[in-house]
Amino acid sequence: MIKASDIIPFFVIIPLAGAFLLSLFGRRARWVPDFAAMVAAILLCYLSLLSARLYNTYGLLKYSVGAWMPPVGIGMVLDGLTAFLLVTVNLVTLCVTVFSINYMEKYTSKWKFYTLFLLMVAGMNGVIITGDLFNMFVFLEIASVASYALVAFGTEKHELEAAFKYAIMGTVGSLFILLAIAFLYTYTSTLNMADMANILAEKGSSQIVLMASVLFIMGLGLKAALVPFHAWLPDAHPSAPAPISAMLSGVLIKSLGVYTLCRIFFNVIGLTESISSILMLLGVISMVIGVFLAIGQWDFKRLLAYHSISQIGYVMLGIGLGTPLGILGGLFHLFNHSIFKSLLFLNSGAVEYSTGTRDLKEMGGLSAKMPVTSGTSLIASMSIAGVPPFNGFWSKLLIIFALVEAGRYGYAFWAVIASILTLSSFMKVMKYAFFGELNRKWDKVKEVPFLMKLSMVMLAFICIAGGLLIYGGIGDMFLKPAAEAMLTGTKYGWLILNWLR
Amino acid sequence: MIYLLCLTLFCVGLYCILRKRNIIKIIVGVIIAEYAVNLFFVLSAYRINGRAPIFSEDMIIANMVDPLPHALVLTAIVIGLATTALLVAIAIRIYEKYGTFDITKIKDLEG
Repeated sequence: MIKASDIIPFFVIIPLAGAFLLSLFGRRARWVPDFAAMVAAILLCYLSLLSARLYNTYGLLKYSVGAWMPPVGIGMVLDGLTAFLLVTVNLVTLCVTVFSINYMEKYTSKWKFYTLFLLMVAGMNGVIITGDLFNMFVFLEIASVASYALVAFGTEKHELEAAFKYAIMGTVGSLFILLAIAFLYTYTSTLNMADMANILAEKGSSQIVLMASVLFIMGLGLKAALVPFHAWLPDAHPSAPAPISAMLSGVLIKSLGVYTLCRIFFNVIGLTESISSILMLLGVISMVIGVFLAIGQWDFKRLLAYHSISQIGYVMLGIGLGTPLGILGGLFHLFNHSIFKSLLFLNSGAVEYSTGTRDLKEMGGLSAKMPVTSGTSLIASMSIAGVPPFNGFWSKLLIIFALVEAGRYGYAFWAVIASILTLSSFMKVMKYAFFGELNRKWDKVKEVPFLMKLSMVMLAFICIAGGLLIYGGIGDMFLKPAAEAMLTGTKYGWLILNWLR
Repeated sequence: MIYLLCLTLFCVGLYCILRKRNIIKIIVGVIIAEYAVNLFFVLSAYRINGRAPIFSEDMIIANMVDPLPHALVLTAIVIGLATTALLVAIAIRIYEKYGTFDITKIKDLEG
């Protein structure tokens, strides 16, 4: 008898098993790593879409690892937010895997790459589905350690330097998170998130919870690259190979940083006025500073990395507002950002693959030589800049509406300013890289191989179709449950534990 | 009192990470900070005049030391080992490329 909830552990089992088998058999034949990673990615993508449907049919799903009932054992939970994030992560994973089949040819030992890659995916999925605070920390570390290694994958001067910086800052962030978990454990004597939410609701707030909140904001803010803690991102993201930049920027900072912040502050500790304003302030600062730093950049990938900081600011601003519309806008922007930012990073990877440069000044007129790359990149740029009718426009509009509705005119003003600056900076990219005079150097440049084109076109298609999410059926099935899951707040605990009885 | 010492240890670790120029010393700083956190976690499980949490029929469940943090810290130590190994590996490769451990001389990347 197969229950619907049996699907949950497979999100961790598949990539973890894939990574393990690859490390054993990856060297046997050239096609093994590509094939195994592809199978894992397709399975994960299918399962995540299935999980979104299952959630809509059965409601909250719950799985206890090793049949130990929570709160004693480790629980895994599939609610609206989880299903939403799973679809986002695994969709991007699939596209990135398709892209890296061709792209990673220029590196040696592809199987090591895929092993680390699948390990990172396992960590991210684990963070998303787990219902246990310490288990979340373990998965978070799995994903982080794999990503440190992947940033250093090229083992050149810059990659190593960036990876070292990233690893040190990431480890310090993890220490803060562990310390916060220790504080919460001493206060509530439980680690299960649902149980902890109940006990915190009964006991009320205290200095210890406040201390833990501050530590969580520092640690998870560092993982999410919010502005005072952002210094590692502009080094680490450009240094990694392009598919990994797409993963890091597209989904890693979201599942490790934004999702965990949401889960802890909305469902476990409970959103208070002060935390909400801190999150919003951090959001606005990252949004504005990120975009200002991005304008002056001439390195394609570095520019994109600064834009990631800025867009994460939008997400935090929407979510931190805490109103239903704000949360909906924030989550929608999270999905959109993961799609168009991974597309842009893949574009930069395609340009680098063909021409071997990342400097915008050296490019020029590439649209004649690389029509698919420039076309998809145009779509992604329009999306990120918030030009209608692409998906980025709708989510930014929702966030700004929510801000105006809540009477936060100042924040809404900055959101509009940042959006205009984003547009201007991407006009620069388009002008220098793809349009204008063809640089004589690139006369012999060819378009990238088929699989790379395929993955870029897939993502571009989602960019256009993503705008539809907000309307009608798909949005109700996909986006609304996620926002509702966050709005249940600390009742989350009752929901899950009652379901068990 | 002992918690205060724990905090001091953590601060020593952070100071090491922030102020030292040598990559190896920074890694040592990370390890010290990590141990401070682990120590805090284990200390939080201790009960005054506590005893080992072995459960048998004639024992009463009183004054037992909380066993869960010990298990958690064990996991945290293993994770710390993985991170440290990776950091040291990166440090070795940096030394091969740059020929120095001094971070003020390793700054090709700005920002």
